[in-house]
Amino acid sequence: MSFINPFIGMFWDITPIIATIFIFQLLILKQKIPNVEKVLFGLLMVWVGLTFFMLGLEKALFPLGRLMAEQLTSLEFLGKEKLFWFDYYWVYLFAACIGFATTIAEPSLLAVAIKAHQVSGGSVKPWPLRIAVALGVAIGISLGSYRIVVGVPLHYFILTGYLIVIIQTYFAPKQIIALAYDTGGVTTSTVTVPLVAALGLGLACTIEGRNPLIDGFGLIAFASLFPIMSVLAYVQFKHLIDK
Amino acid sequence: MHEALRRLVNNLLESGKDLLPIVIVIAFFQIAVLQRPIPEFSSIVLGTFYILIGLTLFISGLRTGLFPVGENLAHAFVQRGSLLWLVIFAFALGFGTTIAEPALIAIANEAAQVAAVGGIISHDQSAVDSYASTLRITVAIAVGFSVVLGVFRILKGWSIQWLIIGGYLLVLLTTLMAPEWIIGIAYDSGGVTTSTITVPLVTALGVGLASGIRGRNPLTDGFGMIAICSLLPIIAVMIFGVLL
Repeated sequence: MSFINPFIGMFWDITPIIATIFIFQLLILKQKIPNVEKVLFGLLMVWVGLTFFMLGLEKALFPLGRLMAEQLTSLEFLGKEKLFWFDYYWVYLFAACIGFATTIAEPSLLAVAIKAHQVSGGSVKPWPLRIAVALGVAIGISLGSYRIVVGVPLHYFILTGYLIVIIQTYFAPKQIIALAYDTGGVTTSTVTVPLVAALGLGLACTIEGRNPLIDGFGLIAFASLFPIMSVLAYVQFKHLIDK
Repeated sequence: MHEALRRLVNNLLESGKDLLPIVIVIAFFQIAVLQRPIPEFSSIVLGTFYILIGLTLFISGLRTGLFPVGENLAHAFVQRGSLLWLVIFAFALGFGTTIAEPALIAIANEAAQVAAVGGIISHDQSAVDSYASTLRITVAIAVGFSVVLGVFRILKGWSIQWLIIGGYLLVLLTTLMAPEWIIGIAYDSGGVTTSTITVPLVTALGVGLASGIRGRNPLTDGFGMIAICSLLPIIAVMIFGVLL
C-alpha cells in the first residue's frame, strides 16, 4: 500500500494539465487528438516517472543537501569552537561548485543560448553566455550561503539586486533584455532546486543562532537573480567591445 | 519500436547528464575535502537510481505525450483569433503546468514542514498538507495570470522592462507588508515555478503568438514570458503570507 499511495497523489497533481489539454482540444477546438495512443502512453510515462522522481528526491536529493550542510559546518570538520563567517569558506566553495556545475550542464540553458546567438545577430556566442550564466548562479548561491551564515535579512540582498538589474537594463541593448530576464527562471532546474533548497535549510539548522523558518529559504532566489545580472553584464561588455 | 527505444536511451543519457555534475561535485568534496564516507550511502544510491529512472520516464513522456499536443493547441488558439478563449487557455496552461511541477511540490512540502516546526501552523499532518497545497495553488494561480499578462504584452507590444520594473516595485511593497517568515519562500517560489513542464509549453505559446502577429518578432517578443512567470508568484506568495 505504501508504494501505491505516491502514485495516487501524483495522479491528482497531473490532472489539471491533462484536463486542460483534453478539454480544450476536444470541446473547444473540437478536433481529435492526433496519435492518441502515443499521447496516452506518454502521459502514463509522465505519471510513473514523476512518482519515481519524487521518491528519489526524498531519498537522495534532500538528504544530500542536508548532509553536505551538516558535514561542512560540523565542529569536527572545522576543528575549532569560535567561528567567524570566513571560517565557512568550504561551504561557499561547495555552493559555488554546485551552482556552476549544474548550470553549465543544464539542457534548457543550451536552448536559450542558441536563441540568444540568433537574436544578437551572432555577436553573443553560446559558450561565453553559458559561462556567464553559470558564474552568475555560482556567485548567487555562494553569496546566499554567506547570507545564511551571517543572518542578514534576505530582502536587503534581493532588492539591491533588483536595483542593479534596473540600472543595467537602462544601458543594455534593447533586443537582448527579455532574454536576459528569462535566463533567471530557466537556470534553476528540477534537479538543482531541491538540492539547493535542502542545503539552505541544512545550513540554517546547523549554524548557531539561525532559524530555518527565517533564514532557510532564499538560495533559489539568489540563483535566479544573479544570472540576470551576469548576462546583462556580459552583453553590455560585448556591446562595448564590438563598437 | 526501435526508434522509441533509441529515444528512451537518449533521454536516459540526458537525465544522467543532469545528475552527473552533482555526483562529481559531491564525490569530490566527500573524498578530497571531508575525507570520509558519505552517511546513509545505500539509501542515497537507491534514491539516485529512482531519480534517474523517474526523470528519464518523465522527460520521455513529456516529449511523446504532452509537448506535441500542447504546442499544437497553442498554435491553434493563436490562429483562431478569439481573444477570450486565448486568455482562458493561457490561464489554464499556466495553472496546470505549475501544479504538476515537481520542484514546486518538493519546495511546498518542505516549506510546510518548516512552518509546522516553527509554530506558524499546527503540527498535524492535515494542517501541513493543506498549507503545502494552498501555497502551490497560490503560485499556480499567479503563473496563470502571468501567462495571460504575457499574452497581452505580446498582443499590445508593451515593453518587457516596464512590466518587470513595475513588478519589482510591487515586490518591494509586498515585502514591507509581509511577515518575516514568508519572505524567503516567496522569493524562492519565483525560481521554482519555471521548470521542466512550464518552460517549454509557455515558451511555445509565446513564440507561437509572436510569430502569428504582424510586426512582432518571435525571437525578441517571444521571450519575456518566463520572466513574468517568475515575478508574479513572488507577489502572490507575499499576499498569501499576509492573509494567513
